[in-house]
Amino acid sequence: MKLRTVILAGTAMAFASSAALATDLTLVSWGGAYQASQKNAYTDPYMKENPDINVIWDESSAEAVAKLRAMNEAGNVTWDLVDVVASDAIRLCDEGLAIEIDPATDLAAAPDGTSAADDFGDLLVSECFIPQIVYSTTFGYRSDVEEWGGKEPSNICDVFDLETFPGKRSLEKRPINNVEWALLCDGVPKEEVYNVLETEEGLARALAKLDTIKDNVVWWSAGAETPQLLADKEVVIGSTYNGRLFALIEEQKQPVKMLWDAQVFDLDGWIIPAGLPEDRLAATKKLVKYATDTQRLADQAKFISYGPARKSSAPLVGKHATLGIDMAPHMPTDPNNAKNTFLYNYEWWADYRDDIDAKFQAWLTQ
Amino acid sequence: MANTRGAAVKYDSVQKSYDGESLVVKNLNLDIPPGEFLTMLGPSGSGKTTCLMMLAGFEPATHGEIYLNDRPINNVPPHKRGIGMVFQNYALFPHMTVAENLAFPLQVRNVGKAEQQEKVQRALDMVELGSFGNRRPAQLSGGQQQRVAVARALVFDPELVLMDEPLGALDKQLREQMQYEIKHIHENLGVTVVYVTHDQTEALTMSDRVAVFNDGVIQQLSTPDDLYEDPQNSFVAQFIGENNKLNGKVVEIQGEECLVELGDGTKLKADRVNVASVGDMTTLSLRPERVEFDTHDSMDNLVDARIEELIYLGDHIRVRMNVAGNDEFIVKVRNRGERRTLNVGDTVPVGWALNDCKALDAVV
Amino acid sequence: MSDTTQDGQVLTTQDGKPLKAALAKALRREKLRALMLIAPLLIFVLITFVAPIVDMLFRSVENGIVSETLPETVVALREWDPASGEAPDEAVFVALYNDMVIAVAEKTHTRLGSRLNYEQSGISSLFRKTGRRIKRMDEGGPFKDQFLSADKKWGDVATWQVLQQFSPSYTDGYFLNAFDAKRGAEGIELKPADERIYMFLFGRTLFLSIVITVSCLLLGYPIAFLLAALPLRTSNLLMILVLLPFWTSLLVRTSAWKVLLQQQGVINDFLVWANIISDSGRLVMINNQTGTIIAMTHILLPFMILPLYSVMKTISPTYVRAAKSLGANDWTAFWRVYFPQSVPGIGAGAVLVFILSIGYYITPELVGGTSGIFISNRIAYHISSSLNWGLAASLGTLLLVAVLVLFVVYDKIVGIDNVKLG
Repeated sequence: MKLRTVILAGTAMAFASSAALATDLTLVSWGGAYQASQKNAYTDPYMKENPDINVIWDESSAEAVAKLRAMNEAGNVTWDLVDVVASDAIRLCDEGLAIEIDPATDLAAAPDGTSAADDFGDLLVSECFIPQIVYSTTFGYRSDVEEWGGKEPSNICDVFDLETFPGKRSLEKRPINNVEWALLCDGVPKEEVYNVLETEEGLARALAKLDTIKDNVVWWSAGAETPQLLADKEVVIGSTYNGRLFALIEEQKQPVKMLWDAQVFDLDGWIIPAGLPEDRLAATKKLVKYATDTQRLADQAKFISYGPARKSSAPLVGKHATLGIDMAPHMPTDPNNAKNTFLYNYEWWADYRDDIDAKFQAWLTQ
Repeated sequence: MANTRGAAVKYDSVQKSYDGESLVVKNLNLDIPPGEFLTMLGPSGSGKTTCLMMLAGFEPATHGEIYLNDRPINNVPPHKRGIGMVFQNYALFPHMTVAENLAFPLQVRNVGKAEQQEKVQRALDMVELGSFGNRRPAQLSGGQQQRVAVARALVFDPELVLMDEPLGALDKQLREQMQYEIKHIHENLGVTVVYVTHDQTEALTMSDRVAVFNDGVIQQLSTPDDLYEDPQNSFVAQFIGENNKLNGKVVEIQGEECLVELGDGTKLKADRVNVASVGDMTTLSLRPERVEFDTHDSMDNLVDARIEELIYLGDHIRVRMNVAGNDEFIVKVRNRGERRTLNVGDTVPVGWALNDCKALDAVV
Repeated sequence: MSDTTQDGQVLTTQDGKPLKAALAKALRREKLRALMLIAPLLIFVLITFVAPIVDMLFRSVENGIVSETLPETVVALREWDPASGEAPDEAVFVALYNDMVIAVAEKTHTRLGSRLNYEQSGISSLFRKTGRRIKRMDEGGPFKDQFLSADKKWGDVATWQVLQQFSPSYTDGYFLNAFDAKRGAEGIELKPADERIYMFLFGRTLFLSIVITVSCLLLGYPIAFLLAALPLRTSNLLMILVLLPFWTSLLVRTSAWKVLLQQQGVINDFLVWANIISDSGRLVMINNQTGTIIAMTHILLPFMILPLYSVMKTISPTYVRAAKSLGANDWTAFWRVYFPQSVPGIGAGAVLVFILSIGYYITPELVGGTSGIFISNRIAYHISSSLNWGLAASLGTLLLVAVLVLFVVYDKIVGIDNVKLG
C-alpha cells in the first residue's frame, strides 16, 4: 500500500512539473525568409515574455489543407496554428477544419482603440481567417534585354505583347490571376472581369488571349522558380510574389525591375485547426492575439516586403533589419505601387475554381 | 587406334604470364600426335588449365606458338578453331532443350535442318540419351548432363576435343563409369583428346599419355605405366600412386645402381634415376605393394621393421611400420587367405628388389 | 492421385484411420505454425497496405454526405421530376429548411457545398450564403420564397438536379469524371472536348513510362554487363557511381538538371560555342517531355541496373566460352546464349522501372512543364489542393487497375516466373 502511494505521488509530481515546464505549440508556415520573419517578429519576443511556451515550427503550409483534413479524419490534430493563404482558409473553414474566430475577443484592438474588426476591415475574408500580411502577385522583368531596344514594360498588357517585348515569360501553372490578366488585356473592364469569366465564352476568351503567348511561357508551380528563371535569363518577364522579387532585386542585386501594374493582392494569415484540446486552444489563442497585434505586424515588415494586414500598422513600418533600406516603398500597398491594382475575388474563386481549373489544365495539355 | 581422324597439336616454347611478373606456364614444348588421348595432370595452380585455355583460344599465349595440324593458331579466334570442349560444370545452356543445345554448334555452322536433326540424334544415341532431346538440362541428373556435354562437344565432328575436369562434379561411382564411357567414345571416334584433371586415377585409367604438371613445367610425359613404374622425380613419384619415402645420402655409384645410407646408418641398394654423384642427398621411393614379408637372402634389400599399426581392408592389409626411423612406412600385404601372424609391436624382416627402389632428387 | 490402392482399398494407418486424414492432421499443426510465423507481417501488411488501398477504393464511390447532411430533403426530392422544368414545391423547401437548420448548427452545410461544387460550380457559395441567412428566416414559412430571396439559384432546375442525382450513398460520378465523362440528359456522355484531360493523361503516362523504361534498359544493359564482367573491386567502385543518384537530394538533382538542360544552360551553351546550333536555335530540353524523360531515366536507372546486374552476375562466363568453342562468334554467343539468360533481369528491371515511373509525380512536376506531366500530378493536385479526394481515389483506382492489367499482359507474354531480382 505504502509503495503504491509513493509511486502515485511521484507520478503526479512528475506530471505537475512537466506541465509547469513548457507548453509546446506547433506553428506551420512556408519556411524560408517568410517563416524567419514570423519567427523574428512574433514568436521570439513572445517566448521571451512567456517562457512557459515553446514554439515548434513546421514548414508544411503548402500541403496544409490536405494534411489538416487527414489529421482531422484520423482524429489527431498535432498542429496548433497554421499559416495559409486566404483561399485555403475559406476552404478549410467550409470543410469545418478550422475554427471560427471572433475578432472582438480573439484579436487585439488597435492602440488607438479601433476594434480589430475595423482595423482589419474587409481583409477578414472568412470567419476562420486571421490576416497577417497583404502580398501581391505581380511581374518582374529583366532590365537588360537587348531585343527590347531600351523600352521597358510599364503596363500589364506588355506581358502579352511579344512584338515589342520578345522573349519567354513565366506564369503560374494555375488559372487564378492569369485568366484575369488575360481578360483585362482583352479589353474587359476591371469590374466586369468576374462576370465575364463566369460564362463559358468568357473563359474561352481568356484562354484565347493566353494562347497568343502560350508557346513562350514557362509555367511555374513554386514561388522560387520565377526569380531563378529571371536570374538565369531563361525568361525576361515573370509573375511571382512581390517579396520574392524584392529579394532578387535588393538582396541579390539582379538587373530586374518590378512591374506593379495590375498587381493582384492576396492575403496570408493564420487559422486555428478544429479539434484542439482546451488547454492547447487557449495557449494558441493567446499567442495569436499577440502575434497579430499592431506592433507585431509592423515589425514583420522589417524582415520581408509584405504589407501588414492592419491599417494601424502601416505608419509603423520602418527600415529593413539588415539592408537598412526604407521598406515602405517596397510594400505592394505603397501608393506609388498600388496605382492600378486588381481585387481578387475569393468567394467567386471558391465557387469556380474546380471547374475553371479542370478546363485550364485541359487547355495546358493541348 | 582404329580410325584416326584426330588433329595434331604442338606447343612450341609457350609461355604464359597474367601479371607480367611471374610465369604460370614456363617454356612448354609438347607434341600431341593425331588420335591421342593426352591428359594434363597436376595439382591446382600447376598451369595445366592455362595450357588448355590457350589451346582453346580463351587465353592468349604470352610467348611461343601453338600449332593445330601444323597451322599456327595464336591469332585464330576460339570460334574458328573448330575445337570441341567439355567444361567443368558442363556449361549446358539452361534456356535450351538438350536437342537445342546439341543443334547449337550445327546451327552456327549453317548445317541444313535435316542434317542437324540426324546428327543430333546420332550424338544422343552415342551417349545413350536418345529419348531425352526435349528435356531441359536442369531436368537431367549430373551424369546425364555430363553425357550431353560430351555429345555436344562431339556433334560437329571436331578433330580435337578438350575436356576441363569434366568429371569433377560427379560422385565416385558415376565418375568411374563415365571414365570408361569417355574412353570408349575416344576409341571409337579416334579424335584427339586433351584432358585436364587433378585426379591421378582418372589420368591413369583413360590416357594414352599423361603430362604431369607442376609449377608451370611438365615434370614427366609418359604412358600411365611408365609414370607409375619409372617416375622421373620425387614429385611424380609422390603425385602418382602411393609411395614410401626414405631420405638418405649416396655413398656409392655403380652404373645404374647406387648405394644409399639412411640417417640411422642402414644402407640400401637402389635404382639410380636422378642422382648425379656420391655425397648427394637423395629420396628413395618405394611402392608399398613391392615390399615383401616373405624374405629370402637373394633379395637386394633386407631390413628389420617394427609393426606400428594394422588396417584390415579386405583385399589387402595395410601395415604401417617403422623402417629406419621412418614410422610412416606403409606395406600392403595381399590377402591370400592364410592367416598371417602379424602383431603390432613385432619386429619382422622385410625386403624388396633393387629395381623397385628409385633413388630420386631429395625432398626436404 | 487417388487415395485407394489399385484393388480399390482405402489406405489406412495402423489403427484404421484413413491415411489422408492422418496426414492432413499431421500437417495442420505445421500449417498453423507457419501461419503464426508470418502473422506479424501479415497484420502489418493488412494495416499499412491493404487497408489504405481498400479505403481508397471505397472513397471513389462513397457519397454518403448528401443523405447525411440533408436527410429529409433527399426523401422529399424523390418525388420531383427534373423534366418538369420547374424547381420543387414548398414541401421540399420545408424539408430543406429543417435539414439546413441542423446542418448549420453542426457546420456541415459548407462541407456539403464544397462536395457538390465539384459537380456544379456555384453550389459552394450557395450553401455558404444560405447558411448565413438561415437564422434570419421566418420559421413559419413559406420557405420557397425565403430561399429564393436568399439566393435565386434555389430556383434553378440544375441545382436540384445535382442534389437529386447525388443523393444516393454511392456514386459513379467520380469514376465518370475520371473517364472524362458525365451523366447528361441522355445518360452517360463524354465531357466537352475542352474539359477532357484524364484519359489523355493516362495515355501519356503509359507512353512516357514505356519510353523511360526502354531508355533505362538501353542505357542500363551495357553498364550492368560491364559491371558483371569486371572484378568485384572495380565493379563495387562503379556501383557507387550508379547509386549516386540515390544519395543526392531531389532538389539538388533537379537544380543540376536545370543548370545543364535549360536554354541558357551548360549543354546549350556548349552546342552554341561549338557552332552546332545557332544562338537563336537553342534546344528546349527541360520543362517539356524531354526533360521528364531525361530526369526520370536518370533517377530510375539504378532500378534497372541493379536487377540486371544481379542476374548477370549469376550467368557464368563459361556459357559464352562454351558457345564460342562450339563455333559461335561474339555476337551470336551474346545474342543466343547470354542475352536469353539475362531476360529475367530485364523483366524485373522493366517491371520495376515501369511501375515506379507510372506513379512518379515530383520529378515531372519540377521538370515536365505542361507537356511532361503525368496522371499522378493530377492525383496529387486533387489530394492536396482541390481536396477532391473522391476523384483522386477513382483516378488512383484506375491507375492501379491499369498497372494490374499490364502486369497480367506481361505475365501472358513474358511469364512472371521469368522475373528475377537476383
